[in-house]
Amino acid sequence: MRLTTGTKVAAAVAATALLATACSSGGTGGDSADGEAVELTFWAWAPNIEKVVDVWNSEHPDIQVTVNKQDGGDPAVTKLLTAIEAGSGAPDLMQAEYQKIPQLVSSGALADIAGEISGELAGHFPDGVWNAVTLGSDAVYAVPQDSGPMQFYYREDVFAELGLEVPTTWEEYAEVARAVHAADPNTYLGTFSANDAGWFSGLTQQAGASWYGIDGDSWTVQIDSPEVQKVAGYWGGLVEEGIIDNKPMYTPEWNAALNDGSQVGWLSAIWAPGVLAGNAADTAGTWKMAPMPQWDAAAPATGNWGGSATAVTSQSEHAAEATQFIEWLNTDPAAVQALVDETGIYPADIPASTAALADPPAFFSNQPDFYELAAETAQTANPFTYGPNINVAYSAYNDEFAKATEARTQAAFLAAVEAVQTATIEDLKNSGFSVKE
Amino acid sequence: MTTTNDLAGALGGTAPSRTTQVPRRSRTVPARRAAAPWAFLAPAIVLFVAFLAAPILYSLYLSFRTEKVSGLGLGPGSRTEVWNGLTNYTSALADPEFLASVGRVGMYGLVVVPVMLGSALLFALLLDARRSRARRFSRIAIFLPYAVPAVISSLLWGFLYLPGVSPFYWVFDQLGWDVPSLFSNRLVLFAVANIAVWGGVGFNMVVIYTALKAIPSELYEAAELDGASQVGIALRVKIPIVLPSIIMTFVFSMIATLQVFAEPTTLRPLSNTISTTWTPLMKVYRDAFTRGDLYSASATSVIIAVATFVLSLGFLRLVQSRAFGQENNR
Repeated sequence: MRLTTGTKVAAAVAATALLATACSSGGTGGDSADGEAVELTFWAWAPNIEKVVDVWNSEHPDIQVTVNKQDGGDPAVTKLLTAIEAGSGAPDLMQAEYQKIPQLVSSGALADIAGEISGELAGHFPDGVWNAVTLGSDAVYAVPQDSGPMQFYYREDVFAELGLEVPTTWEEYAEVARAVHAADPNTYLGTFSANDAGWFSGLTQQAGASWYGIDGDSWTVQIDSPEVQKVAGYWGGLVEEGIIDNKPMYTPEWNAALNDGSQVGWLSAIWAPGVLAGNAADTAGTWKMAPMPQWDAAAPATGNWGGSATAVTSQSEHAAEATQFIEWLNTDPAAVQALVDETGIYPADIPASTAALADPPAFFSNQPDFYELAAETAQTANPFTYGPNINVAYSAYNDEFAKATEARTQAAFLAAVEAVQTATIEDLKNSGFSVKE
Repeated sequence: MTTTNDLAGALGGTAPSRTTQVPRRSRTVPARRAAAPWAFLAPAIVLFVAFLAAPILYSLYLSFRTEKVSGLGLGPGSRTEVWNGLTNYTSALADPEFLASVGRVGMYGLVVVPVMLGSALLFALLLDARRSRARRFSRIAIFLPYAVPAVISSLLWGFLYLPGVSPFYWVFDQLGWDVPSLFSNRLVLFAVANIAVWGGVGFNMVVIYTALKAIPSELYEAAELDGASQVGIALRVKIPIVLPSIIMTFVFSMIATLQVFAEPTTLRPLSNTISTTWTPLMKVYRDAFTRGDLYSASATSVIIAVATFVLSLGFLRLVQSRAFGQENNR
């Protein structure tokens, strides 16, 4: 998820607040004995999250949480790992993207809170999301906050003009892409972005792939699985044929293309309305959302792009209180409503999200059932396991698929899959992980 | 006396050992005198040790170590830091990505350094020529790009390079020209080099221009009396005299080339042709902060630092006798 300017203002406010509390708390040390309030620090970057935390603080005078605003997912992880290495300085609570959890667990940064959570917590979340915080084990390393189920966003007006049906299968998607490009050679239904590894892993998740797995005491890496090959081969074919663009997303050029109608579709996730509203303001009211095109229309599925959870760090001395707070934050109906209103996230919690998400986002006011449809697609997210060196896999994706998209051949896409697999598995082995091939 | 020593010791850490070497400690005055310079030096020494020497030594130390994981690597205590000998160095030197980035930077340097210094020298000579007008304005206009941070200038140029948003490509399109994208495989090196040249010419020009200004005008009069043209004066009088400045700017440019980072890093997300290991420093950054492998990143940094040192000193040695020797013989 990409967060923009407002974050800095919020960070300044949070820093001031932090300073104020630091000055006022002089010497209490946060011991829960004798009615003293437990003080928890929380590293997060979701905009306005401190407003949600304020609700908790006013209701729970005995457990006070202070938000310490972070720049984003990557820098926060780097900082946390440094603090863990140093043995002190880590917060009690940490916002962590799903794909970072294995790396954080592997570095001993997160506490296992399986013993602290309430019994029915798992039932609040889709299986795929819950799996991401347990890593498929009995441990629980975080409570899911938001998820990014993927959908297909398209320009309804352009589709109507060209007489195109919304594609429900990938075969149809290719036909629509062909028709769009044939109508105007400068126009594309989408682009294959070598810059967004999370986007590609979401596409492969939909096809049933899981890049990693745990087999007994060993990791397995299946980035070259038939499912990933299928997805890569499909996109390589489209790029080779020239009916899909090969430029990366999130460039000034791509933003302009969304706005001027030379990109008329986007395979994205539930947070797409915010991005479109920022990048393609001129096209308000012309976009619609549909479920992803399917590999097997009889068994609809989707993947995730983005989303994060809240974790308790291994340096926290108040794991029980911290767990109590993150359960409230991510599953209490009032808290989830506040998260939706203040931070604009798509909550992972199923029961609370139905109530919280009644109205469609402003940019999609032409689609009243936006969140109903979103909830249906969110249920169909396939399970997916991230591994401890997903950072290596992602950066290998950037390099290898950049070469492939530039080469514009299907063969290069398939070669890129092999190269990412090799780089990832080599790195795991070099680090000493036990790997089963 | 004890207090003085304690104070100096706290500031510099070296004072006590220094004072023990002073043969006569019985009289307070010499001891205090001996401590005084250290007290004055202490701030500089502390800053140097804390922010330069210690980090360098620490990364040297890290470069010989690595982290080993056991089993699944889940749970605390599954990672241990161990001694790794020279393995980080040998694998860095054998890494095809590193070698490719070195080769790329070499090509980049071959493009950037001559073009940048050639233009800087040309502009400096033009500004220095007697008949040139609007000198102040030209000097500032050429120098100004140097004041623009590399990240900003890369973003600006990045916009101009992207066919979808570039006004240049719009013009090419109107003229019916099919100009390939500057981010294509063949041209991307020049796209990055262009930014460096744009930003660097002004600085180097000012250095050379300042040297030209220091030349006594009698030399020009003598040359003119001997019948030399303006071009002849530039080639035979001015350039040989400012050669030391040119050599200095060459060394600076060479070091900047080896360390090129900001421009390609800023352009990378806009293109498919700049990899995360496009230059040696980008590889260091990726290893340290994307892959979290500080150990091999340290080893690669040490290699780059040593190479920079050897190349700069080697080059200076090579040209010293010729360029600076001439100056001494004058």
